[in-house]
Formats: sequence, structure tokens, C-alpha cells
Amino acid sequence: MSQVNNFVIKLANVNGTGSASANGLVMKAIFRMGVPVVGKNIFPSNIQGLPTWFEIRVSREGYLARSGEVDVMVAMNGQTFDRDLKEVSPGGVLLYDSTWPRERNITRHDITVLGIPLARMCNETFENPRARILMKNMAYVGALAALLNLDMDVLRGLIEEQFASKKKLIGANIQAIELGYHYAVENFKCPLASNIEPMDKTAGHIMIDGNTAAALGCVYAGATVGAWYPITPSTSMMDAFRSFSEKTRIDKKSGEKNFCIIQAEDELSAIGMVIGANWAGARSFTPTSGPGVSLMSEFLGFAYYAEIPLVLFNIQRAGPSTGMPTRTQQSDLLLCAYASHGDTRHVLLIPDDPRECFDMAVQAFDLSDRLQTPIMVLSDLDIGMNDWMVPELEWDDNYRPDRGKVLTDEDLAKVEKFYRYVDSDGDGITYRTYPGGDPKGAYFVRGSSHNKLGAYTESSAEYKDVLDRLLVKWETAKKLVPGPVIRTAEMPSRTAIVTMGSGAAACREASHKLAAKGIHLDYMRVRAFPFGEEVEKFLEEHDHIIVVEQNRDAQLRTLLMTETRVPKDKLHSILHYDGQPLDYRSVVAGVEEFLSKGEVA
Amino acid sequence: MSFVTKPRIIHKSLKRNALGLTVRDYEGVATTLCAGCGHDSITAAIVQAFWELDMPAQQVAKMSGIGCSSKTTGYFLSAAHGVNSVHGRMPSVTTGANAARRDLTYIGISGDGDSMSIGLGQFAHVIRRNLDMLYMVENNGVYGLTKGQFSAAADLGSQTKKGEANQQPPIDPVKTGLAMGASFVARAFSGDKEQLVPLIKAGLSHKGFAMLDVISPCVTFNDHETSTKSYAHTREYYHPAIHTDFIPPSEEIVAQYDDGEAMDVKLHDGSHVILRKVDKDYDPTDRGRAFNYLMDAQDRGEVVTGLLYIDQKQGDMHQRSGTASKPLGRMEHEELCPGSEVLKDLQKAYR
Ligand SMILES: Cc1ncc(C[n+]2csc(CCOP(=O)(O)OP(=O)(O)O)c2C)c(N)n1
Ligand code: SF4
Ligand SMILES: [Mg+2]
Repeated sequence: MSQVNNFVIKLANVNGTGSASANGLVMKAIFRMGVPVVGKNIFPSNIQGLPTWFEIRVSREGYLARSGEVDVMVAMNGQTFDRDLKEVSPGGVLLYDSTWPRERNITRHDITVLGIPLARMCNETFENPRARILMKNMAYVGALAALLNLDMDVLRGLIEEQFASKKKLIGANIQAIELGYHYAVENFKCPLASNIEPMDKTAGHIMIDGNTAAALGCVYAGATVGAWYPITPSTSMMDAFRSFSEKTRIDKKSGEKNFCIIQAEDELSAIGMVIGANWAGARSFTPTSGPGVSLMSEFLGFAYYAEIPLVLFNIQRAGPSTGMPTRTQQSDLLLCAYASHGDTRHVLLIPDDPRECFDMAVQAFDLSDRLQTPIMVLSDLDIGMNDWMVPELEWDDNYRPDRGKVLTDEDLAKVEKFYRYVDSDGDGITYRTYPGGDPKGAYFVRGSSHNKLGAYTESSAEYKDVLDRLLVKWETAKKLVPGPVIRTAEMPSRTAIVTMGSGAAACREASHKLAAKGIHLDYMRVRAFPFGEEVEKFLEEHDHIIVVEQNRDAQLRTLLMTETRVPKDKLHSILHYDGQPLDYRSVVAGVEEFLSKGEVA
Repeated sequence: MSFVTKPRIIHKSLKRNALGLTVRDYEGVATTLCAGCGHDSITAAIVQAFWELDMPAQQVAKMSGIGCSSKTTGYFLSAAHGVNSVHGRMPSVTTGANAARRDLTYIGISGDGDSMSIGLGQFAHVIRRNLDMLYMVENNGVYGLTKGQFSAAADLGSQTKKGEANQQPPIDPVKTGLAMGASFVARAFSGDKEQLVPLIKAGLSHKGFAMLDVISPCVTFNDHETSTKSYAHTREYYHPAIHTDFIPPSEEIVAQYDDGEAMDVKLHDGSHVILRKVDKDYDPTDRGRAFNYLMDAQDRGEVVTGLLYIDQKQGDMHQRSGTASKPLGRMEHEELCPGSEVLKDLQKAYR
């Protein structure tokens, strides 16, 4: 297959050297040239000095997963040179800084090696030592521009936007780009086989990360109180919420803020604040990651039992314990489904890309108010922190928040007496009131056993009555949460792939590639827990179900096994848990291996 | 919905406040604490204070953690909303509630275990934010609800009923409050309602974080001879450093005080606290001196009481962060959602 608009560039850098913005520039330029692109940042849990990689996949077909190949490697990190060299796919290209010759290290003859004396060129051109480091990045951007056929006007435009507030820097950056560009044009055969031809496939799309999109969703849903304790990879979500709130929620005349962001002293406190705010009638949320959820567990059970809405975003990272804080995983599924002691269960929403993060953020607040229970949105580092190409976010101005069953003072005037936990509609959801309202609606929230009137009880029957009613509510939740996304294969199939969240892109691509080889699989992406009837039906209709997920212990498979009627032996696993975003090749290989065992007719 | 009502007996003989309510209207469900528990006397003082302040119930939110003390939010103001949260975490829930409804009056009830042991972190941080609330520590030196273990506020050498002596020095709510920068720090004794009621009223009226530590003997587990938190011990070592009179905005100040003997502090809501010093060299506006005074008193084994420190200049959490004066929880969707045009505009940065 032609490599035009269809290849992977991987950039190996040292973190803290300013490479991120240079690499982003390359990706953005390709995007602006109308060619679908996606970037994966593989970075260390460190501020300066450790290896970091950025992988840009260019895909004219619009595939968003990693491919597992490297067509062009930009090897800027001496520490990792040898392994970066090894990773280049046969026939690929390696670009490196030849200021320090590495002839001895270069042992491969099946790839093209291009050396540019980047450091020397920059040292000769720029005075300031920091500028010399930063400009080296811009110089390889210039070389890539020549090698990949990037539009120089697009690059210039991007530089001008990036430095709009620091105009002085524009000249030097463009100078550095041109240094690299001219060197490449004069010394190499440009462009490479892997190069860019303008297309028009990115119109109507944006490049955005999931944390930014989720934060925007919170603003649009009308969330006003955000409480958090910083933790990678969720931190950028609150940064984004602050920035959007400052742009859109500060009264121009008075300067008053229609939002309140509280950096809590820890996650125990963050979740307590969110509970307090939601109880008092504001929409409130907390972004966190695995270790934070562990700390929040006691309060999550409290909110479940006392029936207080709240929205929690878990941007998952690789565990257990501190694990790999800057690597991605889907290993908190079971933790979140049952977080806290006692018979506790939680509603989960599982977005598969930043656009769905936006939509589901809004949905999470509505569901949480409707069901009066915590809603956890399970994103992950791959979705949360990487830029994905997604269709523009849309907003319906007719949207009105669903605040669920809340009695106003007028409603209270019509009833003789108010009791908090009486299920008068039979859906397991009872009526609540906000503090500050008519005293008739006053009630006492407690995490200790209570009867349906809201009073403390140790009567077994009264206690069970409430506990059982919560199960009725759970059944209602099944009908309200978003159903799965199902795609049936071109040929009838009794074998299916089931996945969730960020695994979807790789699974979709793998299905296409397998179909081309004559292997047809149905596909289901679950989007929520509890699982509804549609999920049950899909599982029923297939004999072999391959569950693709990013954790060691097959947590989605476990949850399907315990929470649906599916027989255990129908479910098989493809597990990916090395911390890197899932690539489609692993899925193809996993399916082929499964099929080769001959279990499927 | 259909709910059943219960008839309510109204006592004609009882005095009514400006809202036409009697003290009984400020009560809650019947207490389930041990007869003679200090916490019940504090509840009675709270009821009295709210009644005297003519406080409408819907203006109040009652917050607590877990413990015998924390249960007591059920025993006053039935007509007010309340959250009995989890052990040691009442401050965070109150912070969130206040973030949403800055217009309400928050009273938080905690125990010495709830605040000084499991909840010390949240206690420190709620002070740091100067959250607008009255925070009461019903301090008995033990964990009542789990049957008498020492709490972190137990005094060095104080003994259990069985004669075991506490080995660790106490974390004193008052000194901790002062050190953390609390803007209102007071101590009282459950056995002295005369002093307690005005302090509760002053704490509720103070704009910012008001910390009120109340020595509240646990008759079941910590009222014996060798305990330093017993009724007898507290009465003996009780040392009121400051007498506090509370004068609501509607009343005039009639009493006359000699210069230097009393201080008139006007609170943000227009009420006044008149602080009459028993010790001449005490200055309730000087944090450092207050701290030293308490250290010396502690060495003498004295339980210093009164409104020990007040600073009205610190802004509360909202004043510091510039939150809208209209409570966030009452904002309409239209005030909060930027709409589709703005969304289009914001997305330009992502192309
Ligand atoms: C997480 C957690 N750990 C332990 C307990 C058990 N517990 C309940 S109350 C209490 C101590 C309460 O002491 P204090 O706050 O002094 O209240 P008191 O009963 O003395 O008024 C403890 C340890 C609990 N409820 N939650
Ligand atoms: S155990 Fe102690 S603190 Fe608890 S109710 Fe009895 S006397 Fe009060
Ligand atoms: Mg105690």
C-alpha cells in the first residue's frame, strides 16, 4: 500500500527540552493539510531528563488507533537511540542529530538513516543556550517539513498563532525551521515515500484531548463547583475547567465568578466537597485517577446509600498502587463498579473518545440528578491526555438540565408531609429537596441505617426495605444509561468482539482488517454499567465473544460474567496491559490466535 | 405523593421569639445519649441560641461527622436540613455545601476524636479556608461511641476507669485552631450554659470560621476521679479568661464598661460581642499573646474559657476567590451555559 498519507512518525526526545510543542506542530500541520492524524504521547513520570516519545499516525482512512509500526523515527535521545533504531519498521527511515556521529551504533541496513547536524547548526546560529536546545526541535520540524512535504505556509501560520503573545519569538522559530528545511532539501532526496498530500478529510473536525472535552461538558452541563486533588492524568481536566470558566462564567460588570474551584487537601476531602455541593443543589464534580478513587471509597458508599448525586471522572492510569502514572490502562473497572464496603454498586459511563467525553459529561450530570447516585465516567490517559481527531462538538440550545425528582417550595405546599425515601412512583427513585427551602422539606441525611421516612432504624424489615428499593432503582438505571454501540459484520457471524472505551478504535480497525481477510466479526462497545437488555441480547446471539480490554485481570469479562446471563465459557479475552495505548495489530493477532485454536466453526 | 401527618402539641405558656416560635420549635428528635452526657447540655444551649437569634430553620444547615457528639445534630432544629456524614469528614461536606449555598448558616458538630484524631487534616484545612461556619468540638477526651478509648485530645496522664494513663500529649482544639489561623477561637464548658449560649450566638454571627471547643464530659467512660475531662475536674480548673455578652443587631448596648475592662467588637451582621476580660493582660486580638497565655494556663492545668481570639479582617473562602454573591446552587441554566455559538468559537483553538 502506498505510504502517502499513510504512515507513522515516532519522535524520541528527552523530556523537559521543549519537544512537545515542536511535535504538536508537526501533527497540527498535517491536520490542517486535511489529512487525518492522531498523536500518542508516551511520557515519563518526571519533569526533566527522562525519555519521552511522541507517535504520530497519519491515516488517510481516518483510523485513530496505534498501528504498532514506525515508518519514520526521529531519534533525538542518545539514551534510547539503540532501542529506537531497533523499532523502525523494515524499509523505514531514521533521522538523527549527526553532530555526534553514531556510525558505530547504526547496525541496520534495511532502513534509511539520515543524519543532520542539528546541534551544530543551532549552536552556530543562536546565542542563548536555552534557545539552542529549543531551536534544535524546530530545526528537525523543518527537516521533516522537507522530507514529508509539509506545507511551509501552514507551519508558518501555526508558529504565528502559537507565539501570538510573544511575537519576538516568531522570527527565531521560523529561522530554525528554515535551517532544517534547507539542510534536508540540499542533502537528502525529498520527499520520502512516506509523505503528505493535501486532502479534505479533516473539515468539520477538531483535535482535542478528552480531559479538555470533558471539562467543556461540565461547563455546558452547568456544573459550578469543582473540587479536586491533583493527580496525573486527570489534572488537565480541572485546568481546562478553570480556563473555560474564566472565559465564559465571569460576570463582565462585577467580575464575580459563577463557579467555585476548590483544590482540596486530598481526595477524601475532594469527594466530600462534591457531595456537600450536590446535596445543596449545585452540580459538582471531581476529576481523579485510581489512587484517588481508592481514597474516595468510603464517601462513595455514603453517597450511594444516602442517595446524593455526584459526578466523578476517573482518568485511569496503569496500576496497581502508584503504578505507572503516565501510562494508560482500563484497570479500575471493578474498583469503580463496586467502590466502597457493603452492598454498593455504581453507575459507570465509558466514553471512547474526547467527543464522547463531552457528551457523556453532560449525560453524567443528568443521570446523576435523575438517579440520585454517584456517576463515574471512566476515561483513561489515552483518551484524556492525547489529542484525538473528532467531529466538532455540538450543542443543542434547547437542552435543559434534568435535575430529577426535586420538590420545590410550591410542590411542598401541595403535600401534607414530606418523607425523603418513599418510592411513590415505583421506579426506586424518591423525591428530594434542597436545603434553604421550606422547612416542610427538611430531612436528615445519614449513612447509617434509615427507613423510608428518613429516620434512623435498626429494624431489619425497615433496613431491608430501603436496601431492596435501591435495587429497584438499579433496574431503572439499566433503562436510562446509554446502550452499547453495535455493528454487525457484512457476513452473518456468531463470533463477536466486545470492548469498551479507548480500546474501540483499535477494535474497529482490526475488524476491518480481519474482514478483508475474510474473517467477519460482529462488534459491540459497551458504554455503561449496569448493562441493559441490548447487551444481554447481543451476548445471547453470539457463541464466541472475544472481550478486548486493557487490564491484566479481564475485568470487563468478569463484570459481564457476574452481571449478565452470559455463560462463562462463551467469553474469551484479549488483554493488553503494558501501559501503551492499544494498537490494532495486537487485536488482529489475538483474534487470529483464538481462531487458530479451531474452536470456532 | 401521599404522606401521613402527626399532630403537634403547642404549649401556650412558652415564650415566643420574633418569629413567633417557642424554644420547642427549635428542638429535634429525642436524644438517645446517656443520661447526664455533656453533649445533651450543649444541644440545649444550641436550641436556646437559635431561638434567641430568631433564626428561621430554613436558613440553617446542620453538619456532623460520626460519634455520640455528631449524632446530636438530630436532636435540635428538626425543621432544618442536616447531613450526618462520615467519621472525621464533616468539614469537607460543609465546604462543598457552602460552595453551593453561601447564603445559609452552617453549624458543624464534631467530637474530639472526629476532629483531632481521624479528622485532623480536614479540621486544619477548613480553618485555612476560613469557611463561614460555626464549628463545635464536643470534647470529652475519649471516643464515646466506641466505648471509651482515648482520643488525641486526651490530656497527658489522664487515666481510664481501669487506671491506664494516657501516654501522649493532647492535640488541643483551641491551640490548634489558633495555630492554623482560625478567625474566631473560643472554649466553653457544657456545664455553663450562661457562657455557652452567647458564644454559640457569636460564633454563628461571625463571618468566617468560628471554632468553639466545648468540654463535654462523657459520664459513661470518662467522668471518674482520675480523668481530666470529668465534671468535677473541669469545674475545679475552669478559668473564664473572658466573659462574652452577645448583643443582636436589633438591641442597643446599655451596659457601661470601664476602659480596658471590656471590648466591644462589632460583627459583620451588625451584632456586637462585648468581651469582658478577667485577666488584664489578655488581648483577644493578639494571636501570639493568646497562644502564650494558653500555654502557661495549660502548664497550670487550667481550662481557659471564653472568646479567646477574634479577627474579623480575614475574608472567607468566597470573598477570597471572588465567587458570585448569588448562591451557585440557585443559578439558572441560562446563567451557566455559554450556548452553541460560544462552543463553536471556543473550538477554533482546536483546529
Ligand atoms: C472510618 C471509621 N472508623 C472508625 C469508626 C468508629 N467510630 C465511630 S465514632 C468513633 C469515635 C468518636 O469519637 P468522638 O469524635 O470523640 O465522639 P464522641 O463519641 O466521643 O462524642 C469511632 C472511632 C467509624 N465510624 N468510621
Ligand atoms: S458514651 Fe459518653 S459521650 Fe456517648 S452518649 Fe454516653 S456519655 Fe455521652
Ligand atoms: Mg469524644
